[in-house]
Amino acid sequence: MILNASGCLDALEAPEVARGLDAFVTKTVTPQPREGNRPVRIAETEVGMLNSIGLENPGIDGLLSDKLPRLAELGLPLWVSVGGFAASDYAEICAALDDRAEVTTIELNLSCPNVDEAPESAAEIVAAARPETRKPLYAKLSPAATDLPETARAVQSAGADGLSLVNTMRGLALEEKTLQPRLGHELGGYSGQGLKPIALAAVYQCYRATGLPIVGMGGITSGRDALEFLAAGARAVALGTILFADPEAPGRVRRELAEELDARGLAGTEAATGLAHSRGPVHVA
Amino acid sequence: MRRREAPRRRFGDAAHRSSGRLRRRERLTVIANDAVGPYSLIRVERGGLEPGRPGQFFMLEAPGRPLPRAMSLCQAPAGQLTFLLEAVGPGTRALAAVQPGEEIQVFGPLGNGFRLQVERPLLVGGGIGVAPLPYLSQQLGGPPAILGFRSEWHAEAAALVPNAQVVVEPTLVTELLTEGHDVLACGPEPMLEAVRELAPRAQLAWEAPMACGYGACYGCSVEIEGVLQRLCVAGPVLEAA
Repeated sequence: MILNASGCLDALEAPEVARGLDAFVTKTVTPQPREGNRPVRIAETEVGMLNSIGLENPGIDGLLSDKLPRLAELGLPLWVSVGGFAASDYAEICAALDDRAEVTTIELNLSCPNVDEAPESAAEIVAAARPETRKPLYAKLSPAATDLPETARAVQSAGADGLSLVNTMRGLALEEKTLQPRLGHELGGYSGQGLKPIALAAVYQCYRATGLPIVGMGGITSGRDALEFLAAGARAVALGTILFADPEAPGRVRRELAEELDARGLAGTEAATGLAHSRGPVHVA
Repeated sequence: MRRREAPRRRFGDAAHRSSGRLRRRERLTVIANDAVGPYSLIRVERGGLEPGRPGQFFMLEAPGRPLPRAMSLCQAPAGQLTFLLEAVGPGTRALAAVQPGEEIQVFGPLGNGFRLQVERPLLVGGGIGVAPLPYLSQQLGGPPAILGFRSEWHAEAAALVPNAQVVVEPTLVTELLTEGHDVLACGPEPMLEAVRELAPRAQLAWEAPMACGYGACYGCSVEIEGVLQRLCVAGPVLEAA
């Protein structure tokens, strides 16, 4: 299963790209509309990029009244990414989404590096959101957590049905000549190929720690990358930064992954999930 | 803080807004890469791509870089597309180094171009902002143009635009602007701001760093009508006002 990483595709502007996916994940929605951060918002680096979009979104009311009905016309399963600045924000949005048939899954963005995070822990936020909705809840975590497997176990105990791993990591890029921060917001979220080994480790550890279904993401550019995320323990993969350079990536990665699976005699993505662990337990974290 | 006051911009009328659905992405062969003063004029085979409307842009693969670069179309000779660029950073340096026979991914046309239904067109360009003007000039039947450059060397690019008056710093294009024209301009932000003061109905082609060019990344947001909007979707050509 191939998804987009939240915030890396506007399915209403590029429906032909979204239709190459198995499900579309919305940009993170917050209780109130947000204009996002002032420009400059993106900076390419040697192996990846920084963004400081800052959760620009129409707010939950704008999503429900305007965007969701139009997104539903795509005919794709819809995941809504939910953000906030307190656990109660997440709970409020989950409650509002619960009776919306267009929404199949809710992803809790617990780790946006471009805004002030909620004061509560990831597990406290999941616990607040859980009673508000019957929909599957995926917790999107940052690889920067001190003890990621412990955080994963905590959100599992709080009622998360799955994990989205990983969000971007905080980074900085400086102007060539002036040595000043290139982003208007100074720091941004680092994504792209440089994130891949870090994301793979996160998937690998959290698969061990929880056994939860995992959407793996972070620097995936090819079917080979996708295969590695499956082997580390992901059941699905999401494409982020590669969509900016290659809007045809969903179809291409799908073809390449099928070839990779074929070449190994694997019947499907399920057969590949967790293969990296087949040598038996190795103590991590 | 380094912030400057955000420029005032607004949407154009809907008439010139492109459907956006002509866009395609293809691997195109580089035919030539010629120096024009300090700039590079890259000529690629057109393949199945549409040239689009002047002022629209294409995302060009910058070999070896994670992200492509947005370039407005410079010329659309039969079977070809050309792009004029200035090597100012790692991406444009990679593009300026492409050799004939190499292939690069090209995606477009993207964004909204110039509205061509104008009575007395006057093209105004500054520096590398001259890039979309040759195609625009051709589509408008060779109207007068005013081009400004920072040196005589840079001003060699003026040869790409017919009927052009050329000024070199410290003379500014605005010193030659006269009233009664429909101004279509592309250039650095201070030039566009100055043009707008003198020609309130001008169509201005803006620039912002873009990761994707098709509305996916939200990286190119600029203030338009007092609200941050994606320049790749709302622009890059906007009515001044």
